[in-house]
Amino acid sequence: MPKALRMRPVIGHDNRPWWDRIDEGELPIQRCCSCGTLRHPPRPMCWKCQSLESEYINASGKGIVYSYVVVHKPAVPGYEYPLAVGLIELEEGTRIVSNIVGINPEDIEIGMPVEVSIDAVDDEMNLPLFRPASR
Amino acid sequence: MPTTIKDKCAIVGIGQTEFSEKSGRSELHLTLECVKSAIEDAGLPFSAVDGLVTYSIDGSDEIAVARGLGSKELTFFSRVPHGSGGGAVSMVQQAVLAITTGMCETVVCYRAFNGASGVQPKSTDVGGPLSTDQIHWGWYNPYGLVGPASVAAMYTQRYLHEYNASDESLAEIAVTMRKHAANNPEAMFYQKPMTKEDYFGSPFIVEPLRQYDSSIATDGGCAFVITSAERAKELRHPPAVIRSVAQGSAYDQEVMTSFYRSSITRFPEYELVAKECYQHSGLCANDIDAASLYDPFTSAVLFQLESFGFCKQGEAHEFVKNGNLGVDGQLPCNTSGGQLSEAHLQGINGVTEAVRLIRGTSVNQPVKNDHVLATSGFGVPASAMILGKC
Repeated sequence: MPKALRMRPVIGHDNRPWWDRIDEGELPIQRCCSCGTLRHPPRPMCWKCQSLESEYINASGKGIVYSYVVVHKPAVPGYEYPLAVGLIELEEGTRIVSNIVGINPEDIEIGMPVEVSIDAVDDEMNLPLFRPASR
Repeated sequence: MPTTIKDKCAIVGIGQTEFSEKSGRSELHLTLECVKSAIEDAGLPFSAVDGLVTYSIDGSDEIAVARGLGSKELTFFSRVPHGSGGGAVSMVQQAVLAITTGMCETVVCYRAFNGASGVQPKSTDVGGPLSTDQIHWGWYNPYGLVGPASVAAMYTQRYLHEYNASDESLAEIAVTMRKHAANNPEAMFYQKPMTKEDYFGSPFIVEPLRQYDSSIATDGGCAFVITSAERAKELRHPPAVIRSVAQGSAYDQEVMTSFYRSSITRFPEYELVAKECYQHSGLCANDIDAASLYDPFTSAVLFQLESFGFCKQGEAHEFVKNGNLGVDGQLPCNTSGGQLSEAHLQGINGVTEAVRLIRGTSVNQPVKNDHVLATSGFGVPASAMILGKC
């Protein structure tokens, strides 16, 4: 039996540019072309100025753990448990949900600095994952 | 045309199936059973029902229910989106709007499902047109953030951190709800109280949440009947008069994962429906004698105690201590055992218990019961109402 894979995101017009940039090794943040407001997750309209024009910038990849959980169950095929999932606040100000890797889940703390790497989690999917910052 | 809905309508009948791990019958069967028992409880003929309301993620179509009731002239049917929780009290608003504007006279609101034995819908299932909801889950599922507990845990972790709160407060809520259920013959945990040791001995599901922080998967259903306050006076039970009811979605609302607001320990959708309910009823938190606070997880109770003004922001973890949520406490809460210990029916059993509290027939009946608050929704658009006496 083939190894179970992580769940895939469903891709459509509104999120494709973001995932394409992940495949290119960058962590993108959507930016309003009109007022410059950053937003994540990406969506068609700016909540501040209602502009429908947007572009992407590359995040520095540095941030802090704003909150996190350690999942034990339900255990879904394709993942290893206990599984640390963090809500990361990027230094640009937006937040993103991702896994916190390279650290024992028991040692994770709110506020700790982390940095991104874009990793191939299997043959078909790249994800931005966060690990304790080297600095 | 009324300019306010205050005291214009009342809940006049409640019904339910048994709550179990395996009902052995279809969801439509369960629905018809609790709908029937609610109409009989109201003492109305089946032909009186001309409106039906449910909320999303319901497999029992309104017209399938109507066919069971033999409805000849159904003039109002409506379904609230963002189900599993937020819809339970929202249904009341739908019914009240329809009745007060003359669209119909008597509405049955229902929810029944096989939450324990049935196949749960999978969030990864893709079919039909691409929806914003499918795109939405793609920001979470690839990382293994799957299911309500993982999302609830994210808010809870931050709350415990910001307010230097301990999981003792979560234990207090879990043990109190279980105590209520242990006294409720209809509850999944009837005669099964637990201690704090039991709570702390239960395994983590998604840290910081343990198994006993989570509601219990249930097969079953509830329904209730709403009609005009005028008509309610002629019926058999003391009516639970709807003082106010509100539905709310707030700034940067997602379905469950509203993680991008400046604070994730405040819930503006709760604050919005609280403001609306108090404003429209002319009541305040001090007037509320008991509450059904939607409790799919223990921490949801903390967040609502603060949003609805029963204590200050960041103080709910202290408020819940000293038995304040018990029958003799400052705010008797979820007296049937709630979603945590009576049955997880996506909030609708909180409504039926609120009606019993007004009638004075709860198995854990507080002495004072002039006004009861009922809420639903957690991390999704929320709803709330205040019930009072005739």
